Amino acid sequence: MSKNPISEQEVNILLNDVWERYGYDFTEYAPASINRRVNHLFQVDRFPSFAEYRYRIISDPEYAMRFVEEITVNVTEMFRDPSFYQALRTHVLPVLATYPSVRIWHAGCSTGEEVYSVAILLKEAGLLQKSVIYATDINVSVLEKGRKGMFRLSQMQQYSRNYMEAGGREDFSSYYTANYEYAKFRGELGDKIIFSPHNLVTDGSFNEFQLIICRNVLIYFNKKLQDRVLTLFSDSLEQLGFLALGSKETLSFTSVTRKFRQLDNKEKIWRKMQL
Amino acid sequence: MTTAPYLIVIGGSAGGLQPVLHLLPALNTLINAAIVIVLHRPSHYESQLTGLLSARSVLPVKEAPEKEPLLPGVVYIAPADYHLLIEKDHTLSLDASEKVNFSRPSIDVTFSSAALAYRNNMAAILLSGANDDGIEGLIDVHEAGGTTAVQDPATAEVDYMPRHAMEQAPVDIVLQPSEMAAFINEMGGI
Repeated sequence: MSKNPISEQEVNILLNDVWERYGYDFTEYAPASINRRVNHLFQVDRFPSFAEYRYRIISDPEYAMRFVEEITVNVTEMFRDPSFYQALRTHVLPVLATYPSVRIWHAGCSTGEEVYSVAILLKEAGLLQKSVIYATDINVSVLEKGRKGMFRLSQMQQYSRNYMEAGGREDFSSYYTANYEYAKFRGELGDKIIFSPHNLVTDGSFNEFQLIICRNVLIYFNKKLQDRVLTLFSDSLEQLGFLALGSKETLSFTSVTRKFRQLDNKEKIWRKMQL
Repeated sequence: MTTAPYLIVIGGSAGGLQPVLHLLPALNTLINAAIVIVLHRPSHYESQLTGLLSARSVLPVKEAPEKEPLLPGVVYIAPADYHLLIEKDHTLSLDASEKVNFSRPSIDVTFSSAALAYRNNMAAILLSGANDDGIEGLIDVHEAGGTTAVQDPATAEVDYMPRHAMEQAPVDIVLQPSEMAAFINEMGGI
């Protein structure tokens, strides 16, 4: 069976439905990935026809939320790309330490694994008590998971390895308690994280930050939307604030490139040099 | 800058590196096609692969840059731990979503998106490997009017993937590693 039973025009019809009825705008996402995921969900949920798929999305708000969740990517892990976290620890946190209070925005945080990773770094640098991390995502249900701070115990071996590769010196298992098949992370970490819905496509700035982290989110947007979101980030950063992106994302050839300077290492961290 | 009018996509798993190393030196520098290579490998081999292929290639080799146009005469490598998709406007998109066929990058993901973008102006070559990644992609390429090719299983280090492809997908041509460069050059208008 073909992997693409739903044509590109039909995908666009569905995206318009979701926009008009539910306010989620995917029309400026990079089409190839969205197209693949819309088709994949159609097959997983075994719809007999495009018409039935569309009817379900239009008439069933709960299913529409499933659609939104499934066509966006929520793959994440703790200390993903350990060298990035190493760079955060050595080059960014010492600067944040000089501020009386630290505000961090983690945009597109998914289920929160990377947010807890940052909280652990802050804790080890002695900055957690004066920090607040705003962790936002378009999906309400992934935020709910993040709030619980419970991740699969089976992942902890890998996360512990990542943590050590990122320069972690503590016993990683001291940050959680095992509870059946889940690892529940310490309350003091979660206490400093505010999980809240925010849509990068339609919502504006809500504070000024010294660090914005947005990793593996921009890759799903088209160039135009990438530019708009980067402008939003630039406007939401203090002078000399830091912007951290995913390992294949870049500020080169974007509208904000001249406002930022990349740190002197291979990691994707930029510093805002002009307002 | 005009994007490549023709696309050749090559996918390989276990044993797929050898034929790629064999064909790269014999490509024609005037080729009027872009070449995209998807190879399964452990993610920490990342940096070595592009360098290794670059050293053998007469064409420039680079890791596929996010949202950049596909240019003729350039070899693009799917980065480790990302799926690589081809957009209809002939640009490259990366995707860090779930593994497909236990693989990221997945050959199916690249082949299928390329089929939608390049239709009959493309060819897909599936090499040696030990899983089924790439077979559905070959079907999509065929349905879109593209040309499908596999490495002769007799020459493959692991014949499972090309053998299964020949059983399950419409394969237009079976290639020896020594014939691959000429096939690609021809498809690219040489």
